[in-house]
Amino acid sequence: MLDLIWLLPTFPLLGFLILALAEGKLAKGPAGWIGAGSIGLSFAVAALVAVSFLQSGLESHTVPIWTWMSVAGFDPGINLYLDGLSLVMILVITGVGFLIHVYSTGYMADDPDFSRFFCYMNLFVFAMLLLVLGDNLLLLYLGWEGVGLCSYLLIGFWYDDPYNGYAARKAFVVTRVGDTAMAIGLFLLFAQLGTLNIQDMLHAAEAEWAVGSALPAITALLLLGGAVGKSAQLPLQTWLPDAMAGPTPISALIHAATMVTAGVYLIARTHTLFELAPNVQLLVAWVGLITLLMAGFTAMTQNDIKRILAYSTVSQIGYMFLGLGVGAWSGAIFHLMTHAFFKALLFLGAGAVILSLHHEQDIFRMGAKRKQLPVGFLCFLIGGLALTAFPYTSGYFSKDEILIAALEVEGQGLWLWLGGVIGAFFTGIYTFRLFFVVFFGESRGHHDAKEVKGLNIALPLFILMALSLFGGWIPVPLDAVFSHGAEHEEHHISAFMHGVMIALPLFGIAISYLFYGSGILSAEKLMSLPGSRALHRFWNSGWGMDRLYDFLFVNPFLYLARVNAKDIIDAFYDMLAALSRAGHLLIVRTQTGYLRWYVLSMAAGLVALIAVGVLL
Amino acid sequence: MMLLFYLAAVVAVIATVCVIVQTNIVHALIYLILSLLAVAVIFYTLGAPLAAMLEAIVYAGAIMVLFLFVIMMLNLGQNTREQERAWLAGRGWILPALLAAVLLAQLLYVLSGVEGMSAPEQVGVMAVGARLFGPYVLAVELASILLLAGLISAYHLARKPGAEDE
Amino acid sequence: MMGAIPVEHGLILAGILFSLGLIGVLTRRNIVFVLMSLEVMLNACGLAFIVAGSRWEQADGQIMFVLILTLAAAEVAVGLGLIIQMYRRFQTVDINVLSELKG
Repeated sequence: MLDLIWLLPTFPLLGFLILALAEGKLAKGPAGWIGAGSIGLSFAVAALVAVSFLQSGLESHTVPIWTWMSVAGFDPGINLYLDGLSLVMILVITGVGFLIHVYSTGYMADDPDFSRFFCYMNLFVFAMLLLVLGDNLLLLYLGWEGVGLCSYLLIGFWYDDPYNGYAARKAFVVTRVGDTAMAIGLFLLFAQLGTLNIQDMLHAAEAEWAVGSALPAITALLLLGGAVGKSAQLPLQTWLPDAMAGPTPISALIHAATMVTAGVYLIARTHTLFELAPNVQLLVAWVGLITLLMAGFTAMTQNDIKRILAYSTVSQIGYMFLGLGVGAWSGAIFHLMTHAFFKALLFLGAGAVILSLHHEQDIFRMGAKRKQLPVGFLCFLIGGLALTAFPYTSGYFSKDEILIAALEVEGQGLWLWLGGVIGAFFTGIYTFRLFFVVFFGESRGHHDAKEVKGLNIALPLFILMALSLFGGWIPVPLDAVFSHGAEHEEHHISAFMHGVMIALPLFGIAISYLFYGSGILSAEKLMSLPGSRALHRFWNSGWGMDRLYDFLFVNPFLYLARVNAKDIIDAFYDMLAALSRAGHLLIVRTQTGYLRWYVLSMAAGLVALIAVGVLL
Repeated sequence: MMLLFYLAAVVAVIATVCVIVQTNIVHALIYLILSLLAVAVIFYTLGAPLAAMLEAIVYAGAIMVLFLFVIMMLNLGQNTREQERAWLAGRGWILPALLAAVLLAQLLYVLSGVEGMSAPEQVGVMAVGARLFGPYVLAVELASILLLAGLISAYHLARKPGAEDE
Repeated sequence: MMGAIPVEHGLILAGILFSLGLIGVLTRRNIVFVLMSLEVMLNACGLAFIVAGSRWEQADGQIMFVLILTLAAAEVAVGLGLIIQMYRRFQTVDINVLSELKG
């Protein structure tokens, strides 16, 4: 049964090929069936694989498909590697991916480029599966770049608007910075350890490198560079909010549930390296912490429903990084899974709201929509509760695991924990600010909104609601993967600490209610305090990171490009071209078309030749 | 014999000069025939009777008659004299003449050192034929193919446009 | 009985004839004259072969001449065909009219 995993990426690839070769001539019905059906089949296979994997005793399993290339001892294969980690990932990718595909058949129904959309989506799922199933770093990198490409294509899906193209390019270029670091890391690993097979490499690293030595630190740092780029963490987080330019299902699938968590997967997959470099691992935790706090502040000041969710995603991935950094490997992956459930739910719910309100995205032009949009209301209620880690929803378990692990870190543990809890408090505020503004208060526009109908939209939402509520009870078979970590210890934590962890998000919800739900406190009054407006602007702009990067990189680059508009190096080649053109013009004049002239030149040539012969 | 050679040589050179300066095309053709016949005489003096016969029959005879036919078909001749004269009036001949003079000077310089006399004996038809159909048989075949190709292409080129529609 | 002729003289005669033909090819604008001058040049080449053949008392010189003769015959046939075609198209025998190869 386990040998069937080669079918997993095959179905989306087939779907992609069919849709791509049909050149969009397929009717929407068949295109939707192919697009969503291929992922459905993949999910079915994934479920079968999961069952037999759990029955077979959690042994990791490699399925060779063929040898990619074989050059002088360097022979990376296209081999699929299945263990607990990749099992969780494929279930999330195909499961959530399938739901989002089904949802998309409803959401995109009116789009003229329907089949192109599913074509890209299938390619994305294929690349993502390759990324998590690849048994060597090269295959992983192929999937890594593949999902980056699909992300680019899908952010710029509505390419008529130049802004979307700009957002797509920004995402592509910013992640490319991280990818370059990662590629160098892969080169370094291959040069040092002589293999790209992940498991062999990790064993070799463990055997050859001492804890805390320089090499693992450098490689881990480089891999971290790739991870922060793909997962939108500080300092490369600026692309994700702009990536919301794409269709909403894309935001749900790629920019919330799967692709942006690839960085988390990468670190978890190579966790041995990070354990060999404790300083870098701690850096991961701090990167996650700072990102989650900054994104939390920004999310509180945004007005665009999708941008709020985008910053929330950045913040939640920050939690995952925090978890990775403190050694809660399975906690981080667990949070990855639950986050995929509730963030997909929130995005799809947001998509339903946006569609119902004729593509309105400003939350302050909504208001009091709970009667008109009951399903959306339910989505945001359940998704919001799970996001704020309300007790016994899915987010509660995973976030708890991370924060408790953070507390156990020696020295800085308390700070990490405190930061995480404060972040959870902000999560409560911004999530329910969104919730109250959209669904309560008075209606501020779109009074005649009607909920979009259709089972293909409603059913995925209800399934995701169930998963968001109860997903925390799903056991993840990760212990075998991270067996040498400190996972098995029972966590001891005082009741007071636990109480704080539960209470603070609720406190955040309460503050939201006071400001936006009941109107007892007024945001306008807060804004009239001295300095608050500037602070609001600062947070709203994402801590001015975009402006900083414009100042540091974009503008100098543009300046250089302007200065060097007439390429200096090109000037030499231009000169060559001009010379040869001048020579050509000179010679072309000799081509008069008169036969006698040709004969004359031939005779002259003959004379010259004989002259040479005579003289020599 | 020597006298015959030099006499024929002078005739050939003069006739050739007349060919290239003539304005009447029929006269030019007559001069060319004269020149070719003079060369035929030279061939004979050099002990090549077969070549001399062929020069007279094929060159001066057949090929020149071909020219004559064309001239008649195009109705060139007297009425084109004025035009020929106009074409030759310019200075266009100086550069070619100069070039040809240089070439001739070079040839003279190169050939001036050649030693040896022509053989007193004639190389007869027998000898030529034996070698032609001996070691040169492939060249003969190729020549026949060339002639065939020339025949076909001349037929094709010279017929009236649109004739193939019939 | 035959007075021997220096090879040098025969070759020089061929050179003179060749140069005269070249002048004709280069100066004449009437394409029929050009073709005739070409014949002169070919003939000069044949003369050179005959002279050489006579020098070594071999038949090969005459054989070469025969081959040149066939070449000349074929060339004249094709060339005259072309002239007829040209006259039909352009109503002239001016070689300068054929300047469509201009670069």
